[in-house]
Amino acid sequence: MEQLLQLFILIPFAGFFITLLLPRKKEKVISFTVFSTISVHLLGLVTFIVCWAINQFPILDVKHLTLFQTDNIEIFIDFYFDKVTVVYSLVGSVIALMVAVFSRSYMHREAGYKRFFSTLLFFFTGYNIVIFSGNFETFFVGWEMVGVTSFLLIAFYRDRYLPVKNALKVISIYRLGDICLILAMWMSHHLWHENITFLKLNDVALVTEHLAEHYWFGVFIAVMIVIGAAAKSAQLPFSSWLPRAMEGPTTSSAIFYGSLSVHLGLFLLLRTYPYWETIVPVQALIIFIGLSTSIISTLISRVQSTVKTQIAYSSAAQIGLMFIEVALGLHTLALIHFAGNAFLRTYQLLVSPSVLSYLVHDMFFNFKPSASVGNSSFKNSIYILSIKEWNLDFLLHQLLWKPFKWFGNRFDFLTSKGSAVLLVVIFVTGLLCYFFQQAIPVAIFEWLPELFAFIAFILILKTFTERGDALRAWFEVVSSQLFMALSIAMLNENFEHNHILMYLSGSVVAAIVGYVCLKKVKAIDGNIQLNQFHGYNYEQPTVGFIFLVACLGLVGLPFTPTFIGIDLLFSHIHRHEVVLIVLTALSFLFIEIAVLRMYARIFLGQHKKQYHPIAFKSS
Amino acid sequence: MTGTETIQMAAKTDVKHNTHTSFDEEHVLHELKHYLPSQTPIKDFIHHNTLHAFQHMKFYDAIFKAGKIFGYQVHLQLTEFRGLYKIGRIKKEVFNRVLRDKKSADAEAWKEKLLTKEYDVINTSRLGLLRAEWKNQYKIDLDNSVHPLFFRILCSYLDQGVALWNFPVKDKSFLAALQELEKNSFVSFFKTKRAKQFLQSGNCGITELLKIVVGKREYYEQYLFDQQFSHQGWSGIAASIEAMPHTLLDRRNVSLHDLIVVELLFEIDALDFQLGEKWEPLANRMKTEPVNLFADVASTEMQEVIKLWQDTFEWSYYDEVLTGISLNKNRTREIPSQKNFQAIFCIDERECSLRRHVESADKNCETFGTPGFFSVEFFFQAENANFYDKLCPAPVTPKYLIKEFGSNHKREHEFLYTKNAQTLLRGFFVSVSMGFAAGGQLFLNLFRPKMSPAISNAFSHMHSHSQLTIENKSLDDKENDLQIGFTIEEMTNRVESLLRSIGLVKNFAPVIYSIAHGSSSANNPHHSAHDCGACSGKPGSVNARVFAFMANHKKVREMLRERGISISDETQFVGSMHDTASDQIGFYDEAALSQKHNVFHTQNKLAFEAALNANAKERTRRFASINTKQSLTGARESILKRSVSMFEPRPELGHGTNTLCIIGSREITKGLFLDRRAFMNSYNYVNDPEGKILIGVMRPIGLVCGGINLEYYFSRVDNYKLGAGTKLPHNVMGLIGVANSADGDLRPGLPVQMIEVHDPVRLLIIVEHLPEIVLNAIQSAPEVYEWYINEWVHLVALNPEDGMYYYFNEGTFKLYEPLHQPLKYVNNFEQFVEQAKEMETNEIVDATQENLPVYLLN
Repeated sequence: MEQLLQLFILIPFAGFFITLLLPRKKEKVISFTVFSTISVHLLGLVTFIVCWAINQFPILDVKHLTLFQTDNIEIFIDFYFDKVTVVYSLVGSVIALMVAVFSRSYMHREAGYKRFFSTLLFFFTGYNIVIFSGNFETFFVGWEMVGVTSFLLIAFYRDRYLPVKNALKVISIYRLGDICLILAMWMSHHLWHENITFLKLNDVALVTEHLAEHYWFGVFIAVMIVIGAAAKSAQLPFSSWLPRAMEGPTTSSAIFYGSLSVHLGLFLLLRTYPYWETIVPVQALIIFIGLSTSIISTLISRVQSTVKTQIAYSSAAQIGLMFIEVALGLHTLALIHFAGNAFLRTYQLLVSPSVLSYLVHDMFFNFKPSASVGNSSFKNSIYILSIKEWNLDFLLHQLLWKPFKWFGNRFDFLTSKGSAVLLVVIFVTGLLCYFFQQAIPVAIFEWLPELFAFIAFILILKTFTERGDALRAWFEVVSSQLFMALSIAMLNENFEHNHILMYLSGSVVAAIVGYVCLKKVKAIDGNIQLNQFHGYNYEQPTVGFIFLVACLGLVGLPFTPTFIGIDLLFSHIHRHEVVLIVLTALSFLFIEIAVLRMYARIFLGQHKKQYHPIAFKSS
Repeated sequence: MTGTETIQMAAKTDVKHNTHTSFDEEHVLHELKHYLPSQTPIKDFIHHNTLHAFQHMKFYDAIFKAGKIFGYQVHLQLTEFRGLYKIGRIKKEVFNRVLRDKKSADAEAWKEKLLTKEYDVINTSRLGLLRAEWKNQYKIDLDNSVHPLFFRILCSYLDQGVALWNFPVKDKSFLAALQELEKNSFVSFFKTKRAKQFLQSGNCGITELLKIVVGKREYYEQYLFDQQFSHQGWSGIAASIEAMPHTLLDRRNVSLHDLIVVELLFEIDALDFQLGEKWEPLANRMKTEPVNLFADVASTEMQEVIKLWQDTFEWSYYDEVLTGISLNKNRTREIPSQKNFQAIFCIDERECSLRRHVESADKNCETFGTPGFFSVEFFFQAENANFYDKLCPAPVTPKYLIKEFGSNHKREHEFLYTKNAQTLLRGFFVSVSMGFAAGGQLFLNLFRPKMSPAISNAFSHMHSHSQLTIENKSLDDKENDLQIGFTIEEMTNRVESLLRSIGLVKNFAPVIYSIAHGSSSANNPHHSAHDCGACSGKPGSVNARVFAFMANHKKVREMLRERGISISDETQFVGSMHDTASDQIGFYDEAALSQKHNVFHTQNKLAFEAALNANAKERTRRFASINTKQSLTGARESILKRSVSMFEPRPELGHGTNTLCIIGSREITKGLFLDRRAFMNSYNYVNDPEGKILIGVMRPIGLVCGGINLEYYFSRVDNYKLGAGTKLPHNVMGLIGVANSADGDLRPGLPVQMIEVHDPVRLLIIVEHLPEIVLNAIQSAPEVYEWYINEWVHLVALNPEDGMYYYFNEGTFKLYEPLHQPLKYVNNFEQFVEQAKEMETNEIVDATQENLPVYLLN
């Protein structure tokens, strides 16, 4: 029976794959494919659940596929099934089905009809991977897919500025959550000396013993999970991304930010509950986050004068309540609450345009001119704060991103040809150090990994803030990968070269493909400076797509060996190597943001050439 | 903006723009208001010429100038014209003829230019150059730091009822409200002190603030234009509300002046925050002179090429129409001996097809067209409503009020639309309980769409079983300075005026219908744009009913008789309304019909049903999701379903494809297939030899029909800047408009779903009368004449004496002879409809292939 679980991943993936092959203009065929895929999925699911119920609701777990194995490391795909999976998968399939049917007519004749449905199925695959996952690695694959599809659908109207800007904003927050998960995975690797499955987390004795031994490391893991969950579910302090994500077609906003994607953070908490249920500070943290979000988000939602942002904030507030419910162990309530909220918000968003005539009509008959609220300074202050979204967006920018931008800008001097030579020299020296490490005093050699990680980090920040030529930025980001590999390789004399190869194999191909794409685009006008949006997708949509794939490959998204490489790479960083882990984590945070920013600036946004109508920047 | 205001403003713009060294705040504010989009809150979508600010200029000069200043795309792209030529929608014969007429000697050379020569088609606007320097010189993206919060505050202030918590100070002007809010608060909208101090001290005139931000007076005007046009949607709505505060139900005292002050304060705040308090004003770093935005635009060869293309595109269709009318005239048709009924429709081009089908469903009937307010102008107050609806063309301000009573109708609510869902604790209970109902509701919406309180229903505008205060009791019976109801004489005047204008003064049928129209649609913020333009974007049901009441009134009939229009007791009028989206019809006051008339009416209803079936079938031609091959009733059901489907962004296609306006008797077009493209105003020249009536008929044509036509034109050629873009990401802002995202600018204009089938050509008005009489009619008022002399519409007089066409050009009528290309016949209408092909994309070449040529109907 466990073996059937993989079907729930394979069906949507097959559907996704088929849509890729369909011609762009065949709307009926495309929507039929999507409709049948999700229907089959739903039918299969219902049948499976019935059988599962007959078998007395067992918890299922299956190690499905081992991706990589050595003596002490095993990376594998694992599936898991319990009542949380049941609720999430049923709600997910039903909503996906309804949204697909809704979109069939709604999206009619939209230029991105196929793009929309393919992305939808890719998202649906990712969503199912997340909820059927049995360990963190599998979970993470789906989690990343959801993130990337979010980016693509927020930037669905890629020829306008605001969708692109907001897509970058959202993916940055998502990425922050991803990094927290990577750190949680890294730490748990070291603590359990294996890839812990969710099933094992249910073993109370095991977890208790483990926590008794490494209490604060356990807290670290749990806190990372909580941050990841909060970011994905738009909880404080990250809430302000949710209203900004409402850029795509109403239907995609409904499925992502009304229902499925935004509740995945909650899912993560439900999934890892056995692990942190006894850690009181973590429980307190979750309750604190949930409570403060529900209060602040409700206040913000009350002052929203636009329909979709109002729904966004009130939904975030409800998820805050769900966080509290999970922390208190009220899981059945949380699941009911999740399902109800998901359906409600999907519905509200889908019919949001009709609110205009409904409320205007209502005003006609029921309007009472309300007196001014009065001059309570306290109320006014709350009002002003809520309009300013309690400065959330501003603070995130000032405290989180701005310092790194500032730091990255310090290295503007690294633009000359000379600095490129310098980098090469440093790298070669590094290599020599690696091969002749016996010749170097241990005291120095010990610090070399940190040094190279730091160089890699600088290069990534440099790309992140790069305003000059995109080819240079590409060079910087690619070389950062080499430095990163070097840094980790130095960590361990027993380091296995195939790990490095695994890590670099994907990157190298991606680097070359990306380079070719950039060359091709640069040949058009000789200008791909990153200080503006170029909108080359208008002229070169295919190149744009290939470059996007290259970008995702370079940063190790779960379709290249680099993904496994990253996992391995982290396993080489020991838990006491604080500087190194911080640098590496930051590098991985910024590298994805940096390459997507690059992709966005070159291919997305308003097309720079005004020989056809283009949108205003503010529209 | 009303028509008269437009004209006044247009006259004033002739004041020169070259006074750049001095800065006259009043003047610049005035100019800004003139050029900003003038769309009012979206609940009353009133079509108007998008470039009304340029209407005092010739069409081509105006569009090229507007294009250069604001960066709008103002015509089809060259490649699009060439594509249309290639597929034959621009006809070779017309192409050659236009070139021959306009470029006689060089026709061949110009042909080359039109067809193959490459032109630099890049259009860089004059706007935005100055403010771009913030980024270039100071590395600051001022729009990014100012717009989101600024828009949000403005939207919250204007909000009509989305937010649960209203703006705390609503009864003061925007600026004063902000001042008060800031004064009584522990926190501030501003990040820095200086801007806050300016606001609180009230020491914040536009000129003073500009001194800080810009520095040099000669740049002020350019700066303000740059600034306000960087969000023309929000500025436009503020200016429109300032001019017409009543367009908001919950009124706000907003003004462009306040808007600019607040924006400048936020700019100072952002600059202080990023640069500290010591920064140089922008103009100090300017090395170039200020740009004269309104300087003349040099004419180019490409402009000439575009003009020629546009002309050939327009005449490719016009010529066919004129040929059709000529051919049609020679065909013999039997004239019905007795008339079963007469039906007066709105001139709206969507009724063009319905009239055709009604006439074919009952050969013994006669149809007329007139602006859909049926010559009765009034405010309407629905029962228990707090507000009035204006039911007449936008520029008219009625003195009358008609109130609905006696329906005892309880407005139904959609329980899932409760705002309780947005609060925390109630939201919790709503989610865990009604959340599942929402899922169920959504399922029903998808698979069993039906009418609900959440859908805007044209028939709910007035309830059929209610009563109206149509007849005035006494002249003192007033409310808010409006007279309740009309006196007998006032009624008679209006009935007489309508009947005379359409030439229906004798041979009355037993039943005469006045058929208004409205449109029901679901999930559609632009629903008002589908309603009756002559009723200020509302359904016209009340007008039709009021008119029928007046015309049935005994005393009115007596008075009419005295004035020479004798309607016997054998004739009864019935008001009714056609829903243009769902193709349903409703009749009012049927109970008032005598028994005998009821028998006729029952018979006639069958004809209307048959006609609506056929009309629905014809409309399925343009809807990819409906099978055109189904039976008539099946098609009708699909159409009905479509109008109540939440997932359907095109409940109907509105005025898409409108091209013609025919003012004359129905005889000249009866028997022609004009594909729902013609506004048709009945008019009989025989009754009006001196053209006195024609003056009245022609007065609204430019404004109403021309306005609709040009709104579609501009939304079609530049849907990004002049239209509203695609509907799908739209977010309802404060119940006053739509924007694309949380932080976006308002999007006036029409969404792509409404304009994709539209051919962007100007309106051709054909008037059946002597050229000199027509000339006299259009010259009756300068604001009317402007439409014609400046070529925003085309005008042809069909001379009834010689049967020839006279085209109005440069102030005179000149003979025009159609090419007389042969036209095709339609023999079997159903088969003809079923041949329709689905469009491949919504680019012009694909999207308009089903805009059919003129056919003769057999």
